[in-house]
Amino acid sequence: MPERVVLQQADIARALTRISHEILESNRGADGIVLLGIPTRGVLLGRRIAATMSQIAAVPVPHGSLDVTMYRDDLSRGRIRTPSPTQIPPGGIDGAVVVLVDDVLYSGRTIRAALDALGDLGRPRAVRLAALVDRGHRELPIRPDFVGKNLPSSQHERINVRLTEVDGDEYVSIVSPEGDPA
Amino acid sequence: MRHLLSTRHLSRDEAVAILDVAEDMADVSTREIKKLPALRGKTVVNLFFEDSTRTRISFEAAAKRLSADVINFAAKGSSVSKGESLKDTAQTLAAIGADAVVVRHGASGAPQVLATSGWIDAGVVNAGDGTHEHPTQALLDAFTIRRRFFGADARGRDLAGLSVVIVGDVLHSRVARSNAWLLTTLGAEVRLVAPPTLLPVGVETWPVTIDYSLDSALATPTDVVMMLRVQAERMSAAFFPTAREYARLWGLDDERLARLDEGTIVMHPGPMNRGLEISSGAADSARSTVLEQVSNGVSVRMAVLYLLLSGEREDLA
Repeated sequence: MPERVVLQQADIARALTRISHEILESNRGADGIVLLGIPTRGVLLGRRIAATMSQIAAVPVPHGSLDVTMYRDDLSRGRIRTPSPTQIPPGGIDGAVVVLVDDVLYSGRTIRAALDALGDLGRPRAVRLAALVDRGHRELPIRPDFVGKNLPSSQHERINVRLTEVDGDEYVSIVSPEGDPA
Repeated sequence: MRHLLSTRHLSRDEAVAILDVAEDMADVSTREIKKLPALRGKTVVNLFFEDSTRTRISFEAAAKRLSADVINFAAKGSSVSKGESLKDTAQTLAAIGADAVVVRHGASGAPQVLATSGWIDAGVVNAGDGTHEHPTQALLDAFTIRRRFFGADARGRDLAGLSVVIVGDVLHSRVARSNAWLLTTLGAEVRLVAPPTLLPVGVETWPVTIDYSLDSALATPTDVVMMLRVQAERMSAAFFPTAREYARLWGLDDERLARLDEGTIVMHPGPMNRGLEISSGAADSARSTVLEQVSNGVSVRMAVLYLLLSGEREDLA
């Protein structure tokens, strides 16, 4: 299968730094921000953005993970999905500005599930969405607030995000199915 | 997972996977909104041919926390007392549209029959059959042990290196059977302690060692002491001379409790016969996990129902 690398490690780092600055700019500082990553890779991205933000703003930025498995709308289709832990920072999310972090934004269904999951955990003042890659093809009225890279893609293609912590190497690539000119 | 009928055929990885999902379900129980939408629109029938409070309530709470609809069926006061067969009951449940049936039955093997008969498509969970198995009880015991000994980094671990002593009425105990298989699969070392009259025929083929004296069993280091209930209702003959003698020889009394190593935990599946197999001192001590077992039971049963009812039903025609 032909694979085309679209973001190298340095590009990912730059994109995350820019997102960190954009979040701080739109929120006028790190006040009340809670970053929640969606497992697996969103959690790692959220952790990196939180680290960069706390460096820039010189205050700790709370971050955690939000598992959406139990809120998906496709649980009775396909394979059995096993949940991952949800870790909410000690301060909770009531009244906070929650920034959801995911690696790839596609149909928007994961984010729909995440919004439902958030509703069971508390009442944030606002919810924002950051994604490393936006590949389009939304099926729900959901849009990101902070995007690393817009990657127009065909629905036959697959976006492959690899991060050092779980995959050993780091890049984003587009994989086209056999016989389909990329 | 299609059905959960016994722990005997669970692999180590399957068992650890169930316990890990239960870990996530336990987190939900600590939240303000203790409900997940995962099984919305599914129907779970609790089919109880034998009396039970804690198991039935536990399954009911588990199903409701996953947003499933629950129908409770107790044999008493139903058409079963008019002589309806298991087959007709099962076909009635199938017609109602049950997605999972949680069954407790006095006859060993009844859940197996229900699962393999073709009378009903639903997933079957064994909630105790005769003197055979009680798999969710063993899973919640394993979960409780894992949490007590490994705490926050329990995920992904088995019980390798831990030693468990199961004491009492092994003969009538489905809890002991399920635990013997599951805990050894998970790598724990299991010893059974009982009067010879309360050990089943064929126990020597189990993956356990056997001791007839509680004092000699407790002389070797032990991490877990699991007391079994003396099941007077199943005893049609005299298995020991008097209750006092049983309590003196095989009961966990205050004196034996004091001799346990620091860190040893005391488990009991409930309901307890205080003063018979366990003293009040032991039941209420900090070592006792009795109440934890009850709350962990809900998490483990949530995990089992979730794994049974989500995903494509593979062998569904």
